[in-house]
Amino acid sequence: MTIQEKQDEIIDEFGMLEGDMEMSINYLMELGERLDTYPEHLRDEDHIVKGCQSKVWLNAELKENTVEFQADSNTAITKGLVSLLIRVMSGQKPDDILNQVIYFPSRIGMSRFIGTQRSNGFSAMIKQMKMYALALNSKIKA
Amino acid sequence: MSSFATTQLDIEKIRKQFPVLHQDVNGKQLIYFDNAATSQTPDVVINALSDYYSLDNANIHRGIHALAERSTAAYEESRKKVASFINADEPEEVIFTKGTTESINLVATAYGRKFLEAGDEVLISGMEHHSNIVPWQILCEQTGAKLKVTPVEDNGDLNMEAFRGLLSERTRIVSIVFISNTLGTINPIKEIATAAHNAGAKILVDAAQAAPHTKIDVRDLNCDFLAFSAHKMYGPTGTGVLYGKRALLEKMDPYQGGGEMIKEVSFEKTTYGEIPHKFEAGTPNIGDVIAFGTAIEFVEGIGHDMLKQHEDDLLAHANSTLRDIDGFTPIGTSNQKASVISFNIDGIHPFDLGMLLDARGIAVRTGHHCTQPLMDRFKIEGTARASFAVYNTISEIDDFVTALKDIVSKYRK
Ligand SMILES: Cc1ncc(COP(=O)(O)O)c(C=O)c1O
Repeated sequence: MTIQEKQDEIIDEFGMLEGDMEMSINYLMELGERLDTYPEHLRDEDHIVKGCQSKVWLNAELKENTVEFQADSNTAITKGLVSLLIRVMSGQKPDDILNQVIYFPSRIGMSRFIGTQRSNGFSAMIKQMKMYALALNSKIKA
Repeated sequence: MSSFATTQLDIEKIRKQFPVLHQDVNGKQLIYFDNAATSQTPDVVINALSDYYSLDNANIHRGIHALAERSTAAYEESRKKVASFINADEPEEVIFTKGTTESINLVATAYGRKFLEAGDEVLISGMEHHSNIVPWQILCEQTGAKLKVTPVEDNGDLNMEAFRGLLSERTRIVSIVFISNTLGTINPIKEIATAAHNAGAKILVDAAQAAPHTKIDVRDLNCDFLAFSAHKMYGPTGTGVLYGKRALLEKMDPYQGGGEMIKEVSFEKTTYGEIPHKFEAGTPNIGDVIAFGTAIEFVEGIGHDMLKQHEDDLLAHANSTLRDIDGFTPIGTSNQKASVISFNIDGIHPFDLGMLLDARGIAVRTGHHCTQPLMDRFKIEGTARASFAVYNTISEIDDFVTALKDIVSKYRK
């Protein structure tokens, strides 16, 4: 699936929750729990995303010209939000990660669920993913 | 006795005076338990603000027209109300600021920079709000003075023995919070002030949380400076008070320069006005100061005894019901406590807890509450904090406890 298709899928899923705050939080927490276990040795200062109010660790590796992301958070809701980004971005080509617009957060009314503070953290997270894509892109092209 | 006092306070009647309380949040009737961050505002205060802009708006002190007369009189009337509220000797000892933070910065700058030198000491405590830490750190950087910190005990009390040990002949300023916004601890300010004075130091009291909860008597406390904010005591945001003893305020340099604070200005030499105007450069927050006066009347109308009784009842009820919750850990269990409850629940991060409560219309605060060193002291990242005000009820606490129990059973790992 393309980045766009995955975003549309998420928008559809959240559409079914009809804006119910607790159901949405519950769903996010479930998604977070399903995230692959984050490698302990990557849980360090170099992998912390700055700008997040709760702690987020993010790592990226190249796998056959696509980027695999791994992430974790110390809070369940943030972990769920992070899992959405991973779903959208993981397995995509660096160029696509760099060029595609991320529009699903506002379409699922994310700021209403998480507040402006965490929205900022979310932007920092997207930015960090793009930085990884940029770095890995130059590795491919080298 | 406590139930008697509670029946005397007609909470339903009080609640009617707070329009903001009557709304649904996420489909549920709002329960507002974030009063330590900011309290809600009654009709009388909202009306005072609106009346000011509708009827009297004019710049103060320099005008001779009717509106300027009225606004000046109302502004100065607020100063008198504050002076009487804290039992100051005279209204001139009351300076209007943006709030507690600016009041502390004013002292750190206008007193600290003038009278402190390298090797001098400022003594604070481990439970201070960042606004009673950072201004002193800045002062210490500028003057070479040293910052000393009184440790906090496991139950949230100050270690008074350590405090006495930390006082020295180099201590120039002791700056301590009256009631901790995170722990709820009520510190023995009178005792602290006496010890500070015996050591030759001046004492500043951060009364941000005390003003809505306890009767403040600056003469009885014998404090040199005292700071608080209107928005935590049913008043508007954007204004607060620095109280200072006349002799000290007169010795201090101005904090900012500009209009209102001068006697005479020429390019060769400017002379400053008398206190309090010396410290109120520029057009002040006139409307909010006037409405602040009304907030004081509101608090005095209920009376601190009644307020305290009601809030003690709420605290006692919350303490006894929260205890049943699986994994509940209170942070701050002093015998001397205001109606602030900080807690953690094992297996649920406070951020998640705050969000889940908000989903049910319950407003609490989560995080470090601007007391990061205190969080480090307790080796925690943050807490959830419920803090009560005059309009909160026993049944709101019951709903809160029920919601917590349900959240714990559903989401706890
Ligand atoms: C104990 C304490 N001190 C100082 C402050 C700062 O008050 P303000 O932000 O109104 O300046 C607060 C407010 O949170 C507080 O609780």
